[in-house]
Amino acid sequence: MSKKIVISTDLNGDITEFIADERDSLLDALRERIGLTGVKEGCNNGNCGACAVLLDGILVNSCCVMAAEVDGGSVTTVEGIALENELHPVQQAFLNEAALQCGICTPGFLVAAKALLDTNPEPTEEEIRFWLAGNLCRCTGYDKIITAVQEASKSMQKK
Amino acid sequence: MVSTQKKADKTYKVIGTRPVRPDGLDKVTGRAKYGADIQLPGMLFGRVLRSPHAHAIIKKIDTSKALALPGVKSVITHKDLPTAADIALDLGETTSNMKWLCDKVLAAEKALFHGHAIAAVAAVDPHIAEDALALIDVEYEILEPVLSVHTAMDKKTPNIHPNMKTVDMIARFQAGEPSKVQINNVASILDLELGDLDAGFKEADIIIEREFETGTYHQGYIESHNGTAQWNENDEVTVWLSTQGHFNARDVLSKLLQVPMSKVKVIPMEIGGGFGGKIPMYMEPLAAIMSKQTGKPVKMHMQRDEVLLATGPTSATYIKVKVGAKNDGTIVAADAYLAYESGAYPGSPVGAGAASMFLPYNIANLRAHCLDVIVNKPHTAAYRAPGTPAAAFAIESIIDELAEKLEIDPITIRMHNAAEEGTRTSDGRLAPASLAVKELLEEAQATEHWNAELSDPSIGRGIAIGAWGNAGLESNAYASINSDGTINLNTGSVDIGGQRASLAMQLAETLGVDYDSIKPQVSDTDSIGYTAVTGGSRTTFASGIAVVEVGNKLKEQIIDRVATFWEIDASQVHYGDDGTLNGPEDKSIKFSGIGKILSRTGGTIQASATVKPNTQVATFGCHIVDVKVDEETGKVDILRSTALQDVGKAIHPAYVEGQIQGGILQGIGMALYEEYYYDDKGILKNASLLDYRMPTSYDVPFTETTLIEKPNPGHPFGVKGVGEVPIVPPLAAVANAIYNAVGVRPNILPVNPRRLSVLLKEKNKK
Repeated sequence: MSKKIVISTDLNGDITEFIADERDSLLDALRERIGLTGVKEGCNNGNCGACAVLLDGILVNSCCVMAAEVDGGSVTTVEGIALENELHPVQQAFLNEAALQCGICTPGFLVAAKALLDTNPEPTEEEIRFWLAGNLCRCTGYDKIITAVQEASKSMQKK
Repeated sequence: MVSTQKKADKTYKVIGTRPVRPDGLDKVTGRAKYGADIQLPGMLFGRVLRSPHAHAIIKKIDTSKALALPGVKSVITHKDLPTAADIALDLGETTSNMKWLCDKVLAAEKALFHGHAIAAVAAVDPHIAEDALALIDVEYEILEPVLSVHTAMDKKTPNIHPNMKTVDMIARFQAGEPSKVQINNVASILDLELGDLDAGFKEADIIIEREFETGTYHQGYIESHNGTAQWNENDEVTVWLSTQGHFNARDVLSKLLQVPMSKVKVIPMEIGGGFGGKIPMYMEPLAAIMSKQTGKPVKMHMQRDEVLLATGPTSATYIKVKVGAKNDGTIVAADAYLAYESGAYPGSPVGAGAASMFLPYNIANLRAHCLDVIVNKPHTAAYRAPGTPAAAFAIESIIDELAEKLEIDPITIRMHNAAEEGTRTSDGRLAPASLAVKELLEEAQATEHWNAELSDPSIGRGIAIGAWGNAGLESNAYASINSDGTINLNTGSVDIGGQRASLAMQLAETLGVDYDSIKPQVSDTDSIGYTAVTGGSRTTFASGIAVVEVGNKLKEQIIDRVATFWEIDASQVHYGDDGTLNGPEDKSIKFSGIGKILSRTGGTIQASATVKPNTQVATFGCHIVDVKVDEETGKVDILRSTALQDVGKAIHPAYVEGQIQGGILQGIGMALYEEYYYDDKGILKNASLLDYRMPTSYDVPFTETTLIEKPNPGHPFGVKGVGEVPIVPPLAAVANAIYNAVGVRPNILPVNPRRLSVLLKEKNKK
């Protein structure tokens, strides 16, 4: 039997302690140990971006981070990007622009788009396409996703 | 980005608007529950051991060491499956057979492809389940793999299934008697014929014959297959899964597990993409059997390499087409030979490809000879307009070449040969009603894109069209009106592309109520009648008809109740388009007030409808694309992309555009990037999403869309199925654009830099 470890991290703004298997990725731990199933598994190999989260403010694929690595750090998942009682502008824009179909890639895109807009509030189309190239979507052809991020950027400028 | 909509005449209140989807909020907040999100008390985690060989006799499986590992609760092999009966299964878009299906979920005597399931394990922890796989000893006798249609059909190649006979297909889904012609590893032959081929070719001034190949493509849904099963002591089974058809899953599970249908409850979770690939089942029967053995729920979730290795991709194809035309561009004869890999078991979509490839055209003399060929690769599954992108690539490439040789504009030559009312199709039937090939080509000709100058000689422009018919099949729906006037709508159709929205909108329009007053949901197999798969572009069309019928039945009941309440005759009650009911002496009540009347006249009401429409139509799509080719590297960049499609009536135009844009990009993936790489032993070398190269947002520009609305007479609002046809034209459109740019015609797709470099080198030698 492999070892179990106790991990403490700031998860979506609250200090959270959980027990994980030493072999668990952050993705495994979030989904199977904590129950934050908004984080999606698409490839478990760092290729599709469905499991994207912010680790200490930096965009990572949670399937490529060991759960043990987040001890003492901070993690933001799709469940934590909404503002109090209000969707994050990028979430609202995805709804308004019909930027999701099946929705399985959506959490990863939202976290990635938030990370982009946090550092580059007015990205060009080229910059959005380049930044989101680590997130695969098979339903939309990306058109409405790019438009949604552009709309979110505009609405954040107004505020 | 330009989005154009050529509107049909009639105006609607809800239809044609763009409301937010009912499942949207849960999907942007991470609350939506997909199959893999299921957590049940005491749940075990299942994994599958897969064959490392493409073709091998399974001599012995020893599971004792795996079973002895602490935490392992069950290990099963083929012998744990109930005995499989030899019965045909209609899966909606494709067919299978119970015997094949059982062998696919756990191999019996032979491993038939790299990744074939050999054994399954359930353990208390996913890591332990994985450890247990390494403890299962399998002794194989490795056989020579059969990896192409040409090798498979060679007289010297033994049959992969020794007892299989080549059968003649009577129609796309109907197998007939064993064929007079027996070809090794050919499961079936289908011949489509129209007119007199020889006479047709005699009339031709020009004949072009070309060979084409396309690779194995995967649907590439981002959610891997998953399934969780709980078998209880009354032999009732509950299954939570990701499927395009939960009734189809229930029926297959019932037959495979030998449990009555009423005792199998299938709960469809949110589905993370399917494109046809989530019609078949893989692990759900294994989860059910291991749950029966352990008494605990068992969850299974494929890893990505398993998805690529062992779930159904498309058929790789070999297609030879000969087309004869007169100097004025009239196509007088076309003859196609199509050999499609079906993978390890019969059932490729070769017939669908052959039937669809000529559908846009009026060609008097036609033949399509179709072969369904067994090879040592995973069993193919439906993928968006199954079989058709490859076939359309062939015919649309040849038509482009004809246009060039005859010095006719590529749109003009297509217009000249366009199918219309009264045209006969390749199987001799009349072309489907309200077909809009000419309207599509006229709109294409008028686009700004088609008329724009090309800015650089290394840039080329290509165009192609394609066809796909939408299926009818069975649908069930019911709705109830609550005492506050809100409405619950239940259907049996899995929502894969926004059906909850498109069906609620059709009910809202029928009843004259607000979209927001309707809550649509997908019902499980215990809660509504049989509904066929979400596939074949059928759901907004067929389930839409059911929903409209439900709406009309509710209206009748409402009128009766209001008449009772007002103490007048029902004929005196007028139900207005806005949901307001009027009667004599200024009697009037809005829909929102209906609830009170209902409760005073016998309680709330509900209505249900079962439909199986036979009024299928075909939809046609067009893709115009500009590419830039780097002649040094062979790399192709997409610079501009425009899609046009006849959609009948767009219920939710944004979702229709989304279907088109998504389909176009999958087609571009087939044209340029995606392909399975097998080595000479049949081992898949690129079973990851890094190496199986799907398009990213950085690969493409926006796709401009034009929606043409020529209503379908077989649907109350004119809906045609829109989901599949957009994947059809891009393969040839991109290939034709490459020719336009650099003067070489790609005949093998994907035309990646390696292949294009070879073609460019050959050209430069000449």
